Amino acid sequence: MTAVDLEELVRSTGEWLRGSGPESDVVMSSRIRLARNLADYPFITRASPADRTEIEKTLREGIRRLTDEMHVSYLDVSKLEGLDRQFLVERQLISREHADSEGARGVAIDENEQTSLMINEEDHLRIQVLKSGFDLTAAWQRINSIDDLIESQVTYAFHERLGYLTACPTNVGTGMRVSVMLHLPALVITRQIDKLFRSLQKISLAVRGLYGEGSQAMGDFYQISNQITLGRSEEDLVKQVSEVVPSIIDYERKAREYLVRESKQNLHDRVSRAYGILRTAQTISSEETMHLLSSVRMGVNLGLIPELQIPTLNQLFIHTQPAHLQKLSGSELDTADRNIERARYLRKHLNPADGAAEKN
Amino acid sequence: MKCQKCDKPATFHITELAGGKPKELHLCEEHAREYLAENEQQEENEEAADPAESLSQQLAVGQTVEQLAKLDKQACPVCGITFFDFRSKGRLGCSHDYVCFEKELEPLLVNIHGETAHAGKRPKRSPTDTDRLTDLIRLRKELKQAVQSEEYEKASQIRDEIRRLEGDKK
Repeated sequence: MTAVDLEELVRSTGEWLRGSGPESDVVMSSRIRLARNLADYPFITRASPADRTEIEKTLREGIRRLTDEMHVSYLDVSKLEGLDRQFLVERQLISREHADSEGARGVAIDENEQTSLMINEEDHLRIQVLKSGFDLTAAWQRINSIDDLIESQVTYAFHERLGYLTACPTNVGTGMRVSVMLHLPALVITRQIDKLFRSLQKISLAVRGLYGEGSQAMGDFYQISNQITLGRSEEDLVKQVSEVVPSIIDYERKAREYLVRESKQNLHDRVSRAYGILRTAQTISSEETMHLLSSVRMGVNLGLIPELQIPTLNQLFIHTQPAHLQKLSGSELDTADRNIERARYLRKHLNPADGAAEKN
Repeated sequence: MKCQKCDKPATFHITELAGGKPKELHLCEEHAREYLAENEQQEENEEAADPAESLSQQLAVGQTVEQLAKLDKQACPVCGITFFDFRSKGRLGCSHDYVCFEKELEPLLVNIHGETAHAGKRPKRSPTDTDRLTDLIRLRKELKQAVQSEEYEKASQIRDEIRRLEGDKK
C-alpha cells in the first residue's frame, strides 16, 4: 500500500465537488455508507487499547485485497497532525468523530476519492462510497461489491434476525445510510425549505447540514438520508431516497424559475452583489464565503454570470475551508489571518484580469 | 421517587438519547403525557434541527423505579456493559448485548425502525458460530484480568483456549 500524498490531494477538489454527474445543478453528490463490526471483538466503547490495535490490524489486513486491486492507500489517522485530520474531515473522507477520537484508527482512500474505509470509528469499519451528482445506483453497486470482498476476508458481527450488528441500535440491520447532498438556495430564499423538511420527516427521512450530524446547513447545502436501517432491504432503502430526490430537484428548479420570473432584478442584484463582495473583500469569514458562494453558484446555474464555471466555484467552496486554506498557503494561520488569506485567495481566483481564474 | 413536576409518584422514566447528552426524566403519568406531547410539538417546530437527533428514543416508559433500577444493573456477561451504561451513552458494548438485552431493546428498535427483523443482505459465508466468537471476547477479557491479578497459570490456560478458538475460526 502506498501512502496518500496529502499535498497532492490538497490541490484537487475531490469526487463530491467535481460538479459533474446527473442533475448536478441541484445534486452535489450521492453517498452510501455501511457500518460493520468484527464478530470477535467488543464494540469500540468497550474495546481496550490492545483490542483497538488488533481490530485495526485485522481490518487493515482484511482490506488488503481491495487495496491491491483498486489503488487504495492507507492513512494512519492516529499519527496525523490535527490540521491534516481536519483537512480529511472537510474533504468528507473521515468523520469529525473519527478525527477527534483517540487510539489506533485509520482510513483507506482510493485514488479518485470515491471510496473511503474508516477503521475504528463508531463501528469497527465504516465503508463509504461517494459519487458526483445524483447516482445512488452506481454507489450501491460499488459499495456492495466492496463489502462482499471484505466479507470474504473477515467475519462480521451478524445476527440471524437482526442483521448486521452495530454499536448504536439506530444503525442495526443493514447498517446502511443512503444520502444525497443537495444545493437548495432558491427554496431557502422563497422560505419553502421548512415545509420540505417537515414532509421529509413524515416519511422517515433525515435532513442534515453539510458536514453531517449536528452541523449547520452552510451554503444552503443539505443532506437527505434514510433514518430506518432495519426491516427493509438495501435496494428498498436506495429506492426510497432515489424516489424522493427528483421531486425535490423539481421543487428547487421551480423556485429558481419563480425567482427569475417574479423578481429577476432582485435575484440578479443579489447574485451580483455576492459576486462583487467575493471579488473585492479584504477579509472574509468561512461562513460568509459559503453564503455568498451559494448565491453565485445559483447565479451561474441560471446563466447570470457567464464567465464563471461550476467546477471553479466548487473548488472555491472546498479550498476556502479553514484546513484547506492553511494547507494551500503552506502555514498554520489563526482566524484573523485565515480571513485575510481567504479574501486574497478569492480575489486571485475570481478576477480573470489577474490571469489566474482557471488556474490553481 | 416523586415526579419531577409534582408530588405524585413517578411512574414514567424517560431517557432522551438524542443529541449525545443523555437526559433522565422521572414523571407521573399526567406530566409524562404532557412532556411527550410537548416534545412532539417541539419536533414539529424544530426547523433546521437534525431530525435524527430530535428523534427521541424513549425507553422504559411505564416501568416502576424498582424495575428500572434492577434492569439498569443487568450486565452483559461478555463485555460487562450494564443496561444503565447503554442508556446513558446510547452505544452498546458488544454484539452479545443484542442477545442479552433483547427484550429491553425491542421497544427501542420498534420506535426507531418500526420493525424488528432484518430484511436485507446476508454475509455469503455463514456467520459461523456466533457464540464461539463472543467466547473470544469474553476470554480476552478474562485473560487480561488473570494477568492483572498475576494468576499466570490460569492466564496460560486461557491463552491456549483462545488459540484453539482462533484456529477453528480460520
